[in-house]
Amino acid sequence: MKKITTPLDLKKIKSLKVGEEVLLSGKIYTARDQAHKRIVESLGKGKGKGKEIPFNLRGTVIYYCGPTQTPKGKIIGSCGPTTSSRMDAFSGLLLAEGVKGMIGKGRRGLEVKAAIKKYQGIYFVTYAGCGALLSKYVKSVKKIAYQDLGPEAILELEVENFPLIVAVEVNGRSIYA
Amino acid sequence: MRELGAEKITRVITELVKRANFSLRKDVLLALRKAYVGEKNKRAKRILKAILDNALYARQESLAICQDTGLPVVFARIGQDLKISGDFKKAVNQGIKQGYKECSLRNSIVLDPLLRGKPVFSPCVLHIDIIPGNKIKLVLLPKGFGCENKSQLKMFKPTAGIQEIKEFIVQAVRDAGPDACPPYVVGVGIGGTADYAGVLAKRALLTKLSAKHTKLENDLLKQINNTGIGPMGLGGKTTALAVNILTYPTHIAGLPVSVNISCHALRSAETVL
Repeated sequence: MKKITTPLDLKKIKSLKVGEEVLLSGKIYTARDQAHKRIVESLGKGKGKGKEIPFNLRGTVIYYCGPTQTPKGKIIGSCGPTTSSRMDAFSGLLLAEGVKGMIGKGRRGLEVKAAIKKYQGIYFVTYAGCGALLSKYVKSVKKIAYQDLGPEAILELEVENFPLIVAVEVNGRSIYA
Repeated sequence: MRELGAEKITRVITELVKRANFSLRKDVLLALRKAYVGEKNKRAKRILKAILDNALYARQESLAICQDTGLPVVFARIGQDLKISGDFKKAVNQGIKQGYKECSLRNSIVLDPLLRGKPVFSPCVLHIDIIPGNKIKLVLLPKGFGCENKSQLKMFKPTAGIQEIKEFIVQAVRDAGPDACPPYVVGVGIGGTADYAGVLAKRALLTKLSAKHTKLENDLLKQINNTGIGPMGLGGKTTALAVNILTYPTHIAGLPVSVNISCHALRSAETVL
């Protein structure tokens, strides 16, 4: 199985085809609905205009995930993917700002697939509804921003051999019809 | 008249929270194992294996089966000869809050649906029914919202044929597609009113998957599994583990049909006091 690391290397991700299974290591950032809304607002699309983006978007991989609270003695709680299509409205702008990869579950809209092609990004899915199992691949967690959002806060996760399946490849082709 | 303290309710709900979120229902596990054995598609088989491994790991490590520990839905069937001393609803929500906190689950509830705000653990959605006797049955169903978002309701004409109704149910599953963690359990409520059909559909998820199913349920399951959506929507013959239907009398002018889809992590726990 192919191994990839963050920040994503364009040459490497260009070789990945839909359906291919890969293992990801490195830093990824959790962000879901409200965090996306805030980032996009900071980028100048609303009331939070001009606010600082809490992490560097260039070459970044965003993981659509809101983990449970962290049980005592664990690095992280259950931490599987959430439904990606809810982030569709925001993804184009993030790709334009340099985000390279997205991890979630399920389909993406036409506009996201087009943006992936335009900005040479990639979309992965991971084992949906398997949050306990996926916690094994998380080696460390750092709180980055938006703590007031609770489970929707942005976390930096250091992952090792996190299992992924390519769902939309760099040319915009999707595994789903 | 038998008396029961509200603090006992709190304790029991806390226990149900733990059981439901850490240990997958036996009938669901059994259905998943059966699907794993029967699945020919290699990737589908691998995904089903991961789902089974996840359930095992969650139980061993006291981790939530899924990070979406749901909006807790509680069904309470209270015997009319039982006197509960104290505030029953408060006691239930206290149990939810305590249980979710103690088990390090996720605070996924926003108190104002429009203003949103910082997520908290409670309240649950509580359905109360009065039954004969002096016991109380409590069922907790932590409902994940990836699949809850795929719920559908259609008010059919009373002259609608069964074919139309079947198509609507299968289409609801197609609409959910790969997004809501298939293989699904499809809860269907037919009859009553718009709101009541929704409650029936939700309650149908509590029917054991191993229970004897009707011909209509089996036909629907076959049709749904023929869609080829499969585990994670990546193909295979396991798109749903079961279709459970509950019905209720309805009005001469209508025929409400509600579909409530559950992801493969269909969690619930119950007890009788």
